[in-house]
Amino acid sequence: MAVIKKLKAVKIEQNHLLGIQDISFSQVSEILDQAKTFITLNKSDSKKIDILKGKTQINLFFEPSTRTQSSFELAGKRLGADVMSMNIVNSAIKKGETLIDTAMTLNAMHPDIIVIRHQDSGAPNLLSQKVNCAVINAGDGRREHPTQALLDALTIINRKGKVEGLKIAICGDILHSRVARSNIYLMNMLGAEVNVVAPKTLLPHSIERLGVKAFTDMKKGLENCDIVMMLRLQNERMHGSFLPSVREYYEYFGLTPDKLKEANKDALIMHPGPMNRGVEIDTNLADDINRSLIREQVELGVAVRMACLKIFCKRN
Amino acid sequence: MKEKYLINARIIDPKNDLDEMGGLIIDSKGLIKAVGKKVANGNLPSAVDKIDLKKQVLIPGIVDMRVFVGEPGYEYKENFRTLSDAALSGGVTSVVSMPNTSPVIDNVSMVDFLKRRGRDKSRINIFPAATLTKNTEGKQMTEFGLLKRKGIVAFTDGVKTVQNPQVMARIMNYASQSESLIMQHVEDNILSEGGLINEGEISTRLGLKGIPFLAEKIIVERDLSFLEEYFCRYHISQISSEKTVSVIKKAKNEGKIFTTGVSINNLSLNENDIGDFKTFLKLSPPLRTENDRRSLVEAVNEGTIDVIVSDHKPEDVESKRLTFSQATTGATGVETLLPLALELFHNKSVKLMKLLASITSNPAKILGINKGSLEKGNEADLCVFDINKPWVVNKDKLKSKSKNTPIEGRKLQGQVLKTFVKGEMSFERV
Repeated sequence: MAVIKKLKAVKIEQNHLLGIQDISFSQVSEILDQAKTFITLNKSDSKKIDILKGKTQINLFFEPSTRTQSSFELAGKRLGADVMSMNIVNSAIKKGETLIDTAMTLNAMHPDIIVIRHQDSGAPNLLSQKVNCAVINAGDGRREHPTQALLDALTIINRKGKVEGLKIAICGDILHSRVARSNIYLMNMLGAEVNVVAPKTLLPHSIERLGVKAFTDMKKGLENCDIVMMLRLQNERMHGSFLPSVREYYEYFGLTPDKLKEANKDALIMHPGPMNRGVEIDTNLADDINRSLIREQVELGVAVRMACLKIFCKRN
Repeated sequence: MKEKYLINARIIDPKNDLDEMGGLIIDSKGLIKAVGKKVANGNLPSAVDKIDLKKQVLIPGIVDMRVFVGEPGYEYKENFRTLSDAALSGGVTSVVSMPNTSPVIDNVSMVDFLKRRGRDKSRINIFPAATLTKNTEGKQMTEFGLLKRKGIVAFTDGVKTVQNPQVMARIMNYASQSESLIMQHVEDNILSEGGLINEGEISTRLGLKGIPFLAEKIIVERDLSFLEEYFCRYHISQISSEKTVSVIKKAKNEGKIFTTGVSINNLSLNENDIGDFKTFLKLSPPLRTENDRRSLVEAVNEGTIDVIVSDHKPEDVESKRLTFSQATTGATGVETLLPLALELFHNKSVKLMKLLASITSNPAKILGINKGSLEKGNEADLCVFDINKPWVVNKDKLKSKSKNTPIEGRKLQGQVLKTFVKGEMSFERV
């Protein structure tokens, strides 16, 4: 008689945070729930705990970054980890060392977690195949910036109670934006309706296939939205002939009180920073404390990164 | 050399539309003496040694129009000896070597070097191509007349396209006087600048800059316009998209005379196979959608595409163990060209005769070389294969010096058993 082998249920648990595309709804919930507990901690007098005591965190930044890098550094330190930040922009890589060689060198120092930012899409994936520790993506090329999307979700939940059922517009340079991609995946996963608004030259090919509606008319794209996420327009895009001028861009795609009228009355404004006032956003709107969540995003960013460090560090 | 009697084979000779059980006699000079059903055990003297092919398929040795060798300059990626070992195990007996070496093959002295090395170190026929322009810079045309006299069979900038329309028009105008074959890699550099994979949903998801199909189509359209005014022997090295297929089909229907190739990779893989940034699948032209792949396969079956090439481009580990944008383009393929092509026969996409013509008689005809057929008096370059034998691709068992196969672990059906070059059995699978 044939013996039927019982198949064991395999629990697939990602050891790395490479992108929102690679994690599950339950993992997202775990991170967000954990992050909520850190929000209070970060406001208290004694901000430091020791759950990552004895652990080593390496921040590997191949691209210049101020806010993400300092946010990760602070997050690690508040959890008691030993944090080392390496700016590769002006070091070994310039001497001809490849990413894998750098990874092997660092791996020999037995880190528990590596946070990487790289200009090439997929670099964190490559790194994760070569090291023994957890890898957290802090932004790779145009692909993903998962912790930014997670902190955006947390910020929205903090104000609106939930993401599910909300209508969210992501506006600006979608083509070159990893923040946009991660947010599209995450907000869709959490049950929001997502619009993207951009000039045609800054909309990626087949973007609708990611589950969004695309608009080139900003007012239509903002209709009945609860959240307006603005993206930074990088100045170098002007040279590639993506756009005729800053003036024209602001006229059609800059967030102004007039365009914002199309959104819901209590619509909130977000921006991953750094902002170009007068290019993608009206300066008064950016500072409007009743509508702008920009400072809150930075604040909750630390909590989300603490949660990610804790969860992924533990897993290895 | 003793005469050889190959018997009991399924002989397929696409050039003569021959598909029958029979045998083949190789004479003492290594030439084909007789072929077909008359060469059977009963008709042969009983004293001679016979090689019983046990009903396996016997075809002309495969002609691969697009192979990168590595000599001179990149011997660590592939040399003539390793290339010929790889080719023979895949039933390939003639290759056109691309001129993108270091230095590039753009003058007569380099041709002598290449021919000498090819003759001394390899056991297959090397047909060298020279560049279209000096140092592949796309500015100054090379000496088509003198190079052709030295034995150059085709002119191509290999991985590059002549961008300047004026230069290209003059090249086509001038090349006709020496009846030189022009092989163009079709890609508009400005449209494809910084591009890494097909532009589409996958490039959006992976965050990699895309290469639009237009980059290919626009050069094909440009060159075919020139061809109306400056007729020459013109061959499109490789195409990758459905839209280009339509352009070619239309031009052929209008009576334009030119030929087209496609890489086996674009017939067997699509952009989804890139998965989690597999650099071995970073190719030029890029893998495109499943729709594109299907239309290319259909174009082979109906004869719109004439030739299938391996686009064998060996790359060492260090060139591929990088981020996707930093990694080099290209994959090996000369050893797996036939088995992978047979997939298209087994899954009933392409008729066997058509498929075999695209790797034997068609390339030979385009190149103007006396290969790719089983005619009496030809050199006996032969390939014997088991059309059904299943096997699994294992990069460590492949003979190329580089291991960047794009189909590692793929289950294939059909394997080469014996390869003959000029009447000698140069390879036998044990």
